[in-house]
Amino acid sequence: MSILIDAETTFIVQGITGREAVNLTRECLDYGAGAKIVGGVTPGRLGREVHGVPVFDTVAQAVEHHGAPIDGSVVTVPPAFTKDAVFEAIENGIKLIVIVTERIPRRDVAQMVELATLRGARIIGPNCLGIIVPDVIKMGGIGGPARNAAQAYTPGPIGVISRSGGMTTEMSSTLSASGLGQSTAVSIGGDAIIGSSYAELMPQFEADEQTQGIVIYTEPGGRMEAELAHWVTEDNSRLPIVAFMAGRFMDEMPGMSFGHAGTIVEGKEDTATEKIARLAQAGITVAERIEDIPDLIGAKIAERSAV
Amino acid sequence: MRFFEYEAREVVKRAGIPVTDYGFTTEASEAKQIAERIGGPTVIKSQVLTGGRMKAGGVKFADTPEEAEAHARDILALEINGHMPRGVLVDPKAEVAQEYYAGVVWDGTRKQPVMIFSPVGGIDIEQVAEEQPEKVGRRHFSNILPLSDFEAKEVIASTGVTGSALNKLVPIVTRLAKLFVENDMTLAEINPLGQLKDGSFVALDAHMDIENEARGRHKKLLADLGVGDEETRQAREATPFELAGEEVDATDHRGVAGNVTEFDGNLGLVIGAGGGSLTLFDAVRAHGGEPANYCEIGGNPSVAKACGLAKLVLQKPGVDKIAVMMSIVSNTRVDIVARGVIKACLELGYDPAEKIAIFRIPGAWEEEGFKILEKYGVEYADRSVSLNEAARRAVEKIQGVAP
Repeated sequence: MSILIDAETTFIVQGITGREAVNLTRECLDYGAGAKIVGGVTPGRLGREVHGVPVFDTVAQAVEHHGAPIDGSVVTVPPAFTKDAVFEAIENGIKLIVIVTERIPRRDVAQMVELATLRGARIIGPNCLGIIVPDVIKMGGIGGPARNAAQAYTPGPIGVISRSGGMTTEMSSTLSASGLGQSTAVSIGGDAIIGSSYAELMPQFEADEQTQGIVIYTEPGGRMEAELAHWVTEDNSRLPIVAFMAGRFMDEMPGMSFGHAGTIVEGKEDTATEKIARLAQAGITVAERIEDIPDLIGAKIAERSAV
Repeated sequence: MRFFEYEAREVVKRAGIPVTDYGFTTEASEAKQIAERIGGPTVIKSQVLTGGRMKAGGVKFADTPEEAEAHARDILALEINGHMPRGVLVDPKAEVAQEYYAGVVWDGTRKQPVMIFSPVGGIDIEQVAEEQPEKVGRRHFSNILPLSDFEAKEVIASTGVTGSALNKLVPIVTRLAKLFVENDMTLAEINPLGQLKDGSFVALDAHMDIENEARGRHKKLLADLGVGDEETRQAREATPFELAGEEVDATDHRGVAGNVTEFDGNLGLVIGAGGGSLTLFDAVRAHGGEPANYCEIGGNPSVAKACGLAKLVLQKPGVDKIAVMMSIVSNTRVDIVARGVIKACLELGYDPAEKIAIFRIPGAWEEEGFKILEKYGVEYADRSVSLNEAARRAVEKIQGVAP
């Protein structure tokens, strides 16, 4: 199985007529079994089509046209309009929202997340590339064109969660090359506040029978790794975890932002050193190099199944 | 972006929170005039974006306007932690009965802002939290429900404060929370929040940080405070090399080829994307390499931009070679980056095979990219070569270069 999405998932693309969104739509339609993109929304463009996908002015029109609730939305509208677009999706019954847009102020993100929580919806991102279930479906730009995505991602037992979209593919490709496929890979976004953190996705992977181990990509900044370490300790997870920590050099440069908006050392707890120690304390192995990950997670899975 | 104290105080004042009758100036003579206007003992405070100014001699007390002028002259010339002051703040020396703390920050785990209040102010709140945890109140508040006075009342009361102090503090903390939200702050702190002998409260110092992504919607406030668009106020000022990197990135709106940070090594880096750059920079250093810079490519930049970035790095004094490396790309085109970096070498009269230590960008359009690289004899690697291994090869090559 998989988490969050499967072959039956229906979704729309908000901002579908934008250049990046047109490409993303093509990629998702072409990948795996072909995503069920049931509509797109760009205000004022009712009646157009993007790669055969009908375009509407409002999410409500897309839902009405579909004739049934729509599962998800990929939001690719400019930062100033993202909050409204996400509110619109949530208030029209959409339960899974992938926000691709970068540079959204965190007040807006926090508002979107709070409304989503009230309505029982989930947000992935912002500043993310989305979700991929190898050979089945992808929701978002993750992995790029279908042909490239197929080269990097293969089905298997590893759940991948990453603060970097590109590194989701790099790590999955490395796992695939060692014969370790992925159950689902999620690019969760690089901002200071995001819809779904590692710890918030763990219960989903925990409940997914296909998943036997987790690989995460992390960076300095924020408390997300501490939250994961806490979750793992408290919830006695069945899943072994291997983490890769990039940006170790940043410990020497407090106050400087690198890579992603949320990647900045503001306090002691933000540093790579501190995070590595915390993760290790919780039994999470921190890999020194990406190429070490397959052996490390493979060994941990073997260890657990031997018990 | 961090505000100077004199700016933060102005933000506090505009929010309807009482402040002292302070004045800001860049001239010692004007400091004297402000002190005359205040008419009594004053405090002269250096306006720098760094901590420890008290210890460094950046805060001095004056009994007369003449003394205020002398202190201002000294402080204006005093460098603190590598920062020259923007000016000085001349503040009446308040008769403070007790110092409190009030602050608002984001809690990224709960995804809500949190008000923090303490009747123990004037020192670092983290120290109070450690030593007297019962004296620190915290309360999250909603992002979408209207902010209500009772929330501030609860957090203040939770620290044992009652009586008229409680009732006077509620509007102050509520206004602070409101200004935090309305101005897209990531930190809004009044410390100390002084209670004067007559029982009234006044903000004696304030720290404010506005989120960079939200600066665009606070143009009026920033203009009123005199903060220019070019002022980034990073932990250190941008170097000319870094500013040139921004110029390259601004050449056109396609993709990113910038976010340059200067280092002093000999290996120039043309790397990407966000996570890939962090990983690669670490890898180069882990192998004993000395990067000349950090940068990021992503989002499919034009040939011109990739070329501009490579040229900038190649021309940096002390750079012997460049390494062009990215994590697997799906959006950025390999061939476009390859064209850009080769063009940069050729235009500067270099042999690409000599100057490019390694090119490791697998992914979209890699066949086309590798063909171009082959033509110029540049060493390249596909995804079977890890980021770490590519970095190792680059370092090995540059260490073979005779000094």
